[in-house]
Amino acid sequence: MEDFISIRKLYKKLGGQEVLRGVDLDVRAGETLVVIGRSGGGKSVLLKHIIGLMKPDSGEVLVEGQNIVELTERRLSGIRKKIAILFQSAALFDSMSVEQNIAFPLVEAGIKDPKVIDKKVAEALEVVDLAGEQEKMPENLSGGMKKRVGLARAIVSSPACILYDEPTTGLDPIVADSINHLIRRLQKRFQVTSIVVTHDMKSAFHVADQIAYLYDGRIYFKGTPEELQASRDPVIHDFVMGRSEEPILT
Amino acid sequence: MSAFFRILGTQILAFLHYLGELALLAKETIVSICTAPIRWRLFFIQLQEVGFRSQLVVIVTGSFVGAVFAAQTYFQFHQLAMDTAVGAVVAVSMYRELGPVLTGLMVSGRVGAAMSAEIGTMKVTEQIDALRALGVYPIDYLVVPRAMAMLVSMPLLVCECVGFGIVMGYVVGVGMMGIPGPYYVHYTQQFTGIRDIKMALSKGFVFAVLIVIISCHQGLNAKEGAEGVGRAPTEAVVIGSLSILVINFFLSIILNVVFPYGG
Repeated sequence: MEDFISIRKLYKKLGGQEVLRGVDLDVRAGETLVVIGRSGGGKSVLLKHIIGLMKPDSGEVLVEGQNIVELTERRLSGIRKKIAILFQSAALFDSMSVEQNIAFPLVEAGIKDPKVIDKKVAEALEVVDLAGEQEKMPENLSGGMKKRVGLARAIVSSPACILYDEPTTGLDPIVADSINHLIRRLQKRFQVTSIVVTHDMKSAFHVADQIAYLYDGRIYFKGTPEELQASRDPVIHDFVMGRSEEPILT
Repeated sequence: MSAFFRILGTQILAFLHYLGELALLAKETIVSICTAPIRWRLFFIQLQEVGFRSQLVVIVTGSFVGAVFAAQTYFQFHQLAMDTAVGAVVAVSMYRELGPVLTGLMVSGRVGAAMSAEIGTMKVTEQIDALRALGVYPIDYLVVPRAMAMLVSMPLLVCECVGFGIVMGYVVGVGMMGIPGPYYVHYTQQFTGIRDIKMALSKGFVFAVLIVIISCHQGLNAKEGAEGVGRAPTEAVVIGSLSILVINFFLSIILNVVFPYGG
């Protein structure tokens, strides 16, 4: 399989701190790559570089061979039609209903026929198990429902790649598990390339074909979930087991 | 002493940087208006918000400023037996200065604050990132409809403010102070002309650009958190109002050359 996304020597400094210090990463078409790492370790920053929401200080982000770092904001819109993102906060447009939120990418793509839009919105809502919730406003949705609507908005225009920013953070274990199933189901049903950023190891093992560990601003490890679990490297082992260096206070 | 100059230099550089950002936003907005498809639905929503809903504020402001200006002018002019000139003074002042400036200040307070707060909230809740991620350029979607609505509304609101000011000046001057109506109207017509209307409209147009660019810039650059979102509208109103007052001075000088009084 060819690489859908290739990241080369990506550097980014934020507020004087070097968040990314030479990230190299390849994501093959159709696979689900989970990027794990500590909170504040630059996972979301990496994700925002992949869709061009942030520009690196140096380095390359190649999407299907095209370096998107060089593209202007207007020219990026072509790339962004291929890649969708589910934000950590879902980032639904709060002045629009669920239906309008999901229909937004379709309307912007120039689809005017209300019947086509209604059908596609209904299908997307069905995929995320929220059929019939078109009329609700974002303020009336729970955290899990917001993420599902965000996901429906991401998939409605059939992207080739979906980026998930902490999809299970802040959700109860049942809802988190249902989101994990959903990610897996989308991958199987639409063969989309997926990049999931998380520090939830249960979620990572559930959805990943490959796992990359972002540590100290670089990719410290990349391999299958089995290889990660088998690793005896103390840095990896401590993260996977959720072990702190500090003694537990009593 | 060197510390003083260092701080002064930093402040001047920061100010120039800010002006540069405003100029870039203005340029991007013009490019968007000329090249990107206009979202007419959003334009009409903004037209209602900016133009239609600002009318009460502008009418009340214009009316009472016109009324009080007529009364004060009468009190002074009456001592010189120049009562009939009150209408001309009120009309010229309303057209050339008070109408555009007061409309600008009121719209900056009402609409500018709302624009920066709305865009600022969208920024910190990642809704602007969501727009970009969905392939929509935020300037096209957020700034252009607001800019167009403001450019259409402001000159009309200025006319409304001036019109109500002059009418209320007449009500106070003729109705309350007893100035003969025909003379009041005659001198008002004699000393005002199309040049004054052009000046009022020109100022309204410039103030519209100032308000929309400053407010949208504050919103698009709002800092994270409640404090950042809270600060954006405050700064939009303060910077917007001060710029209107400062630019108005220079505009008056320039426009008096273009549209000379009595010319």
